[in-house]
Amino acid sequence: MGSELYNVIWYALVGILLTGYAILDGFDLGTGALHLLARSDRDRRVFLNAIGPFWDGNQVWLVTGGGALFAAFPHVYATAFSGFYVAFILLLFMLIFRGVSIHVRSLRAGRAWRAFWDWAFSASSVIASLLIGVALGNVAWGVPIEAGFRYRGDLLQQIHPYSLLTGIMVVAVFMMHGAIYLVMKTEGDLNQRVRGWVRPCIIFFVLMYAVTTLATLLYLEHMAEPFRRQPLLFLVPALNVLAIANIPREMHLGREVRAFTSSAVAMALLLLLFGLGMFPELIHSRPDVANSLTAYNASSSPLTLKTMLVMAAIGMPLVIGYTIHIYRVFKGKVKLDSMSY
Amino acid sequence: MDMVLLSRIQFAVTIGFHYFYPPLSIGLGLVLVLMEGLYLRTRNPLYHQLTRFWVRIFGLIFAFGVGTGIVMEFEFGTNWSRYARFVGDIFGSPLAAEGIFAFFLESGFLAVLLFGWERVSPRLHFFSTVMVCLGAHFSAIWIIVANSWMQTPTAYRIVETAVGPRAEITSFWGAVLNPSTGDRLVHTLLGAWQAGAFFVISVAAYYLLKRRHEAFARASIRVALAVAAVASLGQLVSGHSNAVMVAEHQPAKLAAFEGIYETGASADLTIVGWVDEENRTVRGIKIPGLLSWLVGGGTDTVIRGLDEWPASDRPPVQLTFQSYHWMVAIGMVLIALAWGGALLAWRGQLFRWRWLLWIYVLAVLLPQAANQLGWAAAEVGRQPWIVYELMRTADATSDTVTAGQVLFSLILFTVIYLALFVVFIVLLDQKVRKGPLPEDLPPVAEVR
Ligand code: HDD
Ligand code: HEM
Ligand code: HEM
Repeated sequence: MGSELYNVIWYALVGILLTGYAILDGFDLGTGALHLLARSDRDRRVFLNAIGPFWDGNQVWLVTGGGALFAAFPHVYATAFSGFYVAFILLLFMLIFRGVSIHVRSLRAGRAWRAFWDWAFSASSVIASLLIGVALGNVAWGVPIEAGFRYRGDLLQQIHPYSLLTGIMVVAVFMMHGAIYLVMKTEGDLNQRVRGWVRPCIIFFVLMYAVTTLATLLYLEHMAEPFRRQPLLFLVPALNVLAIANIPREMHLGREVRAFTSSAVAMALLLLLFGLGMFPELIHSRPDVANSLTAYNASSSPLTLKTMLVMAAIGMPLVIGYTIHIYRVFKGKVKLDSMSY
Repeated sequence: MDMVLLSRIQFAVTIGFHYFYPPLSIGLGLVLVLMEGLYLRTRNPLYHQLTRFWVRIFGLIFAFGVGTGIVMEFEFGTNWSRYARFVGDIFGSPLAAEGIFAFFLESGFLAVLLFGWERVSPRLHFFSTVMVCLGAHFSAIWIIVANSWMQTPTAYRIVETAVGPRAEITSFWGAVLNPSTGDRLVHTLLGAWQAGAFFVISVAAYYLLKRRHEAFARASIRVALAVAAVASLGQLVSGHSNAVMVAEHQPAKLAAFEGIYETGASADLTIVGWVDEENRTVRGIKIPGLLSWLVGGGTDTVIRGLDEWPASDRPPVQLTFQSYHWMVAIGMVLIALAWGGALLAWRGQLFRWRWLLWIYVLAVLLPQAANQLGWAAAEVGRQPWIVYELMRTADATSDTVTAGQVLFSLILFTVIYLALFVVFIVLLDQKVRKGPLPEDLPPVAEVR
């Protein structure tokens, strides 16, 4: 039993890294989705500089999550990325484009230049969010896996109503999160307009959330199973609903920092829900459930899991410490200066 | 074309484009630390201006380095999934460590470096510069650890699992400190310092030619020449040490480096040459016995020739030989340029001759070329193994990905990388033309 504890811990840690990614990169992907709604050049620059100091560090959560997945669950890393080959190549393509557009958009004055990179930034943000959601949907719905963890399927099989649903839900949750973030970062006229976007974003997200939950309960037996066995777990979705309901309340009271925190908590609980439903599976296999990749059969050796745990225990507190410090340095409304994007 | 070849080409293309940016980030990072350190020490406003200008350039390079790096992180899963299953227990850890200890540090403090000028004290800003520079160096450490384990695997055992055999780690530090990590890390870092230093020299020499920002340019050159001189000479020592290490641990690679077919003592060192693979000889300028002497300290040292390995276990000779020799040749030229430049600068004559300045403008290409050639020599010379004498490259690809899919991604990456490279050059050119700005001088309150 002793060594199996490491598998459980690493299941949780990979989940935490992905949650960190969702909460942090979520707001800048959401900003990207809303980018074209800002009409003037100055407003768009304000948006870009709102995420300017952070987006790169945020993305490292994904990179490190990928590295941790490779180290802790190499079979999952191998099966998922080679199995969803075309989808992942497209995701990488979007991430490259996105990073570069943020950086280069304001470096030249030409209208066509700026319009092109504005579109590139916004489209790549939306498509990247969508692809992440589609991947999560597939992992939960199940994909055809043979003995030896070999994926047998193609791109078209990965696009079905459920995965599209989760894809759109991720876009929705990021848009809501990004809109609230922008309220915190803007002032004056722009701030008033951004405030107006929050409510439709919340409604969009709540709708998607309701439909996805319904579909999960109706079609994904294995996701509902843990909750049936341990009713106490229903605390998590209950808290989640409270956290979501708290967002419009805080916005109404004009406390956007609290609204943002609520939205972050809601995202964390959503992923916790996902993890609880999936555990111990990492990739569900359909139709041969026996071939599913789990925290136990797809992992590295106990020694590696142990070494990696030491590494994470030393490194992650440091990371979290200085990340908080850096966010503090850039606290407050965006001000454009000669070093801005 | 088959899936294996396409995947190899794709890896070479993606890493080749990626590796254009990291040496600049690492080398320029070091130069920035020196410049900002000099400013804090002397409070000479010129150094403040230097730092601000080069930080802007650094930001541009960094953005492209990150964009191309993300692909690398996931490519082992997308294209080399059998490899990922076989070595994940060992190889995944350094990649994760790179994220935890290097990328977070680099990208986090980069925010302060780029945007924090008015928000933090000069000391804290300098601290952030040091952290970014450290982060870039840490990332080199962990990726070299990963790659060196593939070159000279240690501290593992092969274990049968339900889904086939795999390599499991027996000691973490044993794998990290495999026989080639140290030598290759030093060599790679020095190569990056050379790239960064010659980059600064090139831009500054251009300003001198155009008679613009002359004080700025001279100061840049002085800092960069110091780095270039130390790194270039160090590279010779480190390169030699690498060759001795390769001779001991990857003898087939060394034989390919020098085009040695027959085992024997008193092996020659070729300066420039062409491998005649059919007749199994090398034509060119040779120094008798020097290879044996360099590797073992005497001409009686026996060098093993390619004939000792069956044809299926030999690396491609011509490509390895030429890459290696051109790298070494460039290394020699760089020593001359760095030390010649330092000497002339010391006597105040460096800025006299226009033709000489033109040479320094163009010299930026040399370390970049040497870095690419060095990797080509090290990686092609390791073939046909992906993990030396443990797993073949041909057995390492993803078994569920088709050649058509790889062709699709290869075309996609090639097109976007070329396009981005053009964008990079255009923007770099624009930033260089703009030059240092008046607002790059320190705020009046800070000048004593
Ligand atoms: C000797 C140095 C070196 C080498 C050999 C490599 N890299 Fe690199 N990499 C860096 C040095 C570096 C860097 C200096 O840290 C970069 C480049 C520019 C930058 O901004 O960070 C970077 C960026 C970078 C990023 C983006 C990090 C971020 O988002 O901040 C990733 C994911 C990788 N790399 C991954 C890889 C992988 C998987 C490699 C091998 C196959 C690789 N790199 C080779
Ligand atoms: C001065 C003479 C030089 C010698 C004798 C030398 C020697 C070597 C050797 C033997 C290797 C192979 C190591 C291996 O396969 O593990 C190597 C690799 C490499 N070289 Fe050089 N080198 C020299 C100059 C340079 C210069 C000037 C640069 C760059 C500016 C450079 C960059 C590289 C790189 C990036 C690698 C691949 C990484 C590695 O394996 O360490 N080298 N070099
Ligand atoms: C760490 C895991 C790595 C793996 C699995 C790997 C694997 C490979 C493979 C399979 C090839 C194709 C070889 C051929 O076609 O002959 C290759 C080529 C190459 N690799 Fe690596 N490599 C790794 C790391 C690196 C790193 C860190 C660098 C440096 C930046 C690097 C630089 C190169 C270069 C420059 C080539 C091109 C050689 C050519 O021109 O054919 N590799 N690598």
